[in-house]
Amino acid sequence: MTGKRVAFGFWVLSLSCLILGLLFGMSGSLQYIWPGFLKEQFSFAHMRPLHVFLITQWISSAATGSMYYFIPSVAKRKLFSPILAQVHLLMQVSIIMVAISYFFLGNFTGREYMEFPLWMAGVMILGWILALINFIGTVRPNFNKAPVYVWSWTTGLVFFIITITEATLWQFDHFNANIIRDITIQWKALGSMVGAWNMLIYGSAMYVMCKISKSDEMARSKPAFFFYFLGLTNLMFNWGHHTYVVPASPAIRITAYAISMTELLILFNMIWKWSKSLTKEDKEQHFSYRMLRSTDNWILLNLTLAILISIPALNQYTHGTHITVAHAMGATIGINTTILLAAGFYILFLEKKLPALNTTGWNQFVMGFFNVSLLVFWISLIGSGIAKAASQSANKPFAEIMIKLKPWFHVFSFSGFLLTVAIVILAAPLIRFFVKPQIRRQFVISDQPVSSTYVINVKKQEQEHAEV
Amino acid sequence: MNWKKKTTVFAILFLSYSAYSGWVYTQGTEDNHNLKFSGQEQLGKQVWQTNNCVACHQLYGLGGYLGPDLTNIISDKRRGKEYAAAFIRSGGTTMPNFHLTDEQVNAVLAYLTYVDASVHNNLNPAP
Ligand code: HEM
Repeated sequence: MTGKRVAFGFWVLSLSCLILGLLFGMSGSLQYIWPGFLKEQFSFAHMRPLHVFLITQWISSAATGSMYYFIPSVAKRKLFSPILAQVHLLMQVSIIMVAISYFFLGNFTGREYMEFPLWMAGVMILGWILALINFIGTVRPNFNKAPVYVWSWTTGLVFFIITITEATLWQFDHFNANIIRDITIQWKALGSMVGAWNMLIYGSAMYVMCKISKSDEMARSKPAFFFYFLGLTNLMFNWGHHTYVVPASPAIRITAYAISMTELLILFNMIWKWSKSLTKEDKEQHFSYRMLRSTDNWILLNLTLAILISIPALNQYTHGTHITVAHAMGATIGINTTILLAAGFYILFLEKKLPALNTTGWNQFVMGFFNVSLLVFWISLIGSGIAKAASQSANKPFAEIMIKLKPWFHVFSFSGFLLTVAIVILAAPLIRFFVKPQIRRQFVISDQPVSSTYVINVKKQEQEHAEV
Repeated sequence: MNWKKKTTVFAILFLSYSAYSGWVYTQGTEDNHNLKFSGQEQLGKQVWQTNNCVACHQLYGLGGYLGPDLTNIISDKRRGKEYAAAFIRSGGTTMPNFHLTDEQVNAVLAYLTYVDASVHNNLNPAP
């Protein structure tokens, strides 16, 4: 198996997680509108971890697949060890299958976002170590001249190892027997883990942007490194904005508030500058460009929301409402998912060498459909959050609040359904290419991108072979 | 920016992060030393985790949103221990019945009582 095939393997895995994750998200949302739906057979305690776990695996596997695909061309040499990459892929597939089985059987460790058994965290850490060895082995000779996206990928890998380890510290009494410490460290680990995956994803976003504009200058400039280090500072210190209500040291809150929320600004600044530098021809040829423009808008919306809820006086009301979910899903769908789809489309473009995914007609319509359904979905979460905050301040009992929020939940669930349809249609060309081996075989024979004439020849040869 | 400068900035940030983490692991998160967290509370936390209560309920805002935040449920005048016990024992319209034993129910209540008391951490008062 070549490095490229491993990259495709990660993409197959990630797209499967995306589809399954969306299904569990939709089923979970039904439990908001029909209280008691499947509550004894398959309660929200099963649905939510399945949704969140699978969706996070969509993000991390697609980011890993993109990285494995891009690094040989960045380093201008073959992947250091395709075998290590293959082992990493096998580990990732096994972890996901085992976790799904555990969640179906109701076997939980009950840690937010990491409900799977502890030993699996160990396997995950090992997988990231293998990826790091491979990555460094591939880019090492040129590391001192590396563009910023190489720094971004390296940081992502290193911090996955650190933060997953940190998230398992509750095993020790020093952490487990002190709720304030336990909750603070859990937020710390999860907050920085999100920073780590952003580093992986933003690395790919920057790489794709540089390739589309056919210049690496943007990724080697001083501002690029300034923003990278600002991002790193955020990854390390801004997690405290999740812990405003925890009675830990006030210094944690102050540090987080001082540093918070510059990270999204960083990417916004980069995409904006990049899009200005493109020629009309570059733009028209790439559906990836269209996706990244959409990312831009979502960064702006999420940034505004994030800054607002980072203000302690507002956070006091919004904390523990669906506004936090709007922030989480707005960012993971509007920003991370669009960047990863853009990276996937760019891979497709390279492999097929066909400008099939241009920015006109049907594709334009699907993009619009995706953005509108996401906007309604996002607004419904914010709306239910504001309504909940108002009812909580009026000291209304929880059951009464939930009845009042029902109309918002209906909009949430319905727009979630539309959003699922939009994402599946958007991802369909990727699914066709990565998941269907017979189609892929027509396009990818060697590690070199192939031309359409070559594809036709291969098809002919295959037909002749079949006839014989 | 040359290679040396970049690695120096990275090293400074990484060292600060390590020092900050060390502080957060210790002094930054000291709690009330007189809070009791022993056998029953520990079992309660275990029951809380193995039933994945966090999927629907939050403690200090960490968790899902289908059910209410339970950080203060024990001292809340309108809810309180008996109210919590009834739900934990039999479930509700949305909440399943987990068929817990009496020992497990009492352990979860002890754990929630411990969490509730931690809000009044007199070393680092809540904001
Ligand atoms: C690519 C698409 C999606 C991504 C990346 C995504 C991501 C996430 C994340 C990160 C969370 C955790 C939020 C938090 O704890 O604050 C979450 C929760 C959730 N998501 Fe999604 N999601 C996606 C699509 C959907 C769809 C289409 C639905 C269907 C309506 C949905 C329904 C839910 C529900 C019900 C929760 C749990 C909310 C709660 O805690 O009560 N998600 N999602």
